Amino acid sequence: MESLGSIRRSFAPWANPDAKPYIFFDSVTKRFGDFVAVNNLSLKIYEREFFALLGASGCGKSTLLRMLAGFEEPTSGRILLDGQDLRGIPPYKRPVNMMFQSYALFPHMTVEQNIGFGLKQDGMPKDQIAQRVGDMLKLVKLTQFAKRKPHQLSGGQRQRVALARSVAKRPKVLLLDEPLGALDKKLREETQFELMDLQQELGLTFVVVTHDQEEAMTMADRIAIMDKGEVMQVATPAEIYEAPETRFVANFVGNVNMFEGAVKSRKGDEVRIEGGSGAEIIVHNAGAAEPGKSVAFAIRPEKIRVSSKKPPAGDNAMQGEVYDIAYLGDMTIYHVKLDDGQVVKTATMNAMRISGDPLTWGDKAWISFSPDAGVVLTR
Amino acid sequence: MSDTAITTPGAATPTKQSGGLLSAIFSRLVILVPYIWLLVFFLIPFFIVFKISLSVPATAMPPYEPVINGIADFFAKLKDFSFDNYVWLTDDPLYINAYLRSLWIAAVSTFLTLLIAYPIAYGMARAPASLRPTLLMLVILPFWTSFLIRVYAWIGILKPEGLLNQVLMSLNIIDSPLIILNTNTAIFIGIVYSYLPFMVLPLYAALEKMDYTLIEAANDLGCPPFSAFWKITFPLSLPGVVAGCMLVFIPAVGEFVIPDLLGGTETLMIGKVLWNEFNANRDWPVSSAVAVILLLLLIVPIMMFQHYQAKAQEAGR
Repeated sequence: MESLGSIRRSFAPWANPDAKPYIFFDSVTKRFGDFVAVNNLSLKIYEREFFALLGASGCGKSTLLRMLAGFEEPTSGRILLDGQDLRGIPPYKRPVNMMFQSYALFPHMTVEQNIGFGLKQDGMPKDQIAQRVGDMLKLVKLTQFAKRKPHQLSGGQRQRVALARSVAKRPKVLLLDEPLGALDKKLREETQFELMDLQQELGLTFVVVTHDQEEAMTMADRIAIMDKGEVMQVATPAEIYEAPETRFVANFVGNVNMFEGAVKSRKGDEVRIEGGSGAEIIVHNAGAAEPGKSVAFAIRPEKIRVSSKKPPAGDNAMQGEVYDIAYLGDMTIYHVKLDDGQVVKTATMNAMRISGDPLTWGDKAWISFSPDAGVVLTR
Repeated sequence: MSDTAITTPGAATPTKQSGGLLSAIFSRLVILVPYIWLLVFFLIPFFIVFKISLSVPATAMPPYEPVINGIADFFAKLKDFSFDNYVWLTDDPLYINAYLRSLWIAAVSTFLTLLIAYPIAYGMARAPASLRPTLLMLVILPFWTSFLIRVYAWIGILKPEGLLNQVLMSLNIIDSPLIILNTNTAIFIGIVYSYLPFMVLPLYAALEKMDYTLIEAANDLGCPPFSAFWKITFPLSLPGVVAGCMLVFIPAVGEFVIPDLLGGTETLMIGKVLWNEFNANRDWPVSSAVAVILLLLLIVPIMMFQHYQAKAQEAGR
């Protein structure tokens, strides 16, 4: 696990300005009648990357995937794959394969025939097909189900057949449309790791479309957050979570507390933000915040401490009243209502078996966080 | 806790049992209804026809003997029954030719109907969902006019001085009128036209529920659209194809009106032979034998159809 982690850490072609993108969406726009599904979008995806397109339904992420597969053509702009312009190339000639959300397994064919379908299309000799299909069945652990028809399989098995079928041709890029959407929670979590291992093993480029942020965070090297046909931010899961660039991204991924205010002063990278009620927040990583600008300070719940005692000087501190408590076992969620009426969500890990600070409903409480714990958002 | 657990089901059981008994009787009755229907309107008439087929013609009313009065009489006259009429059917090549010709005409018309109906059904299934009820209505629309009138209308279209020849000649496509009426071509046209909806509807039902992403998946895996049709769409529509072919083939074999009106005098189809034996020759026993053989011939495709349906249901599709 540790070695895998270090491999992944060193994998960052996007940080290298000389790296050639494998898939390049160059100012792509797609309209359906009056509806703009994808709006002048540019995006670079690198070889062997596990890339996730994350967004709510109707944000254009599936359209992007379908344009890559060849089921839709861009209204304007171009899509390059490994330097080749894909315009006009029909889906059956593109070196990409797709795993469909509904799996789209051929109901009249056995598992074997489904997996071998693409290979047969390519005119691969029979013995080689048999061998490749055997390898694929082994890879997804379905060897004993080779002669079954799709309707004789469980949902999880069907998902694995669809996966095996889509990678059997060794495509340059594998497109996955909500690959885990139809599975139950436990199976979904297991399969996430299986997908990651598979991607490592085959060394393919994966582009996955999902609306599930946890799924994207777990699996992807980088995530593109999409909204209304545009990319809001492209970054690693950690960057997306810890350093969102806009209010939309901060709100979309995970839980967040937002403090709206104006920048009072800036000294180097340190800014002072004055909130509506006059409370002052000191932030060390100021970003693009300039004095006088209205900004938002965003901070994740787990980065806020809650205490009945006044916190030491140096940290930002605000006073309020415990409004709601949710005990989740591994952590406790406190909702603290500040004096100006804003409710702040906090999450405290329950590191000890019995909490040392028994706060309860209606108690006066302090919330505090370090000047490095949150980010300033100008957009 | 244990008390309630024991008493509650105990109290509920008697009512549940009587309810179960009633519903059991009721469900038996419900199952019985179609069997009674089949017995009264199919099996008994069939045995009457079969019995007549074992008789000999007579100048009497009814025109055959022996005539049976009561069950005791049946056993007394059992020795008078013979299979001579069936032997007669095999002796005269007219009957065998008529059977073969009927099967051939029905088979060719069924194939032609399938060829025309498939694109129609496919187009309907791929049409926008809002348009489909209208298209479905259009397919059923001809049924609003009497079948007989529609077949008569074809005489007006196909006859030498009819609509079709007038149009073709005024367009200078042909010099002299085509002779279509009173040929097999006219029978094919008549059968294809009359039975087209019976082919379109099951095909549409099969194609409409097909998931279009299967075609996309096939394309994605390197299969061009035309090839994807034969590898995915057509095999998946087979239940509809089989159902449609049966619905056209079975009635077409015994068809009488279309060959009689459009086919002229030389066309030998078993429906016409049967009509002649029954009405012109007043030979009820032989015509009954013809009918029994026709029924046996058709049982084979019906059994095939049922076997296929059972298999399709088992596959859950």
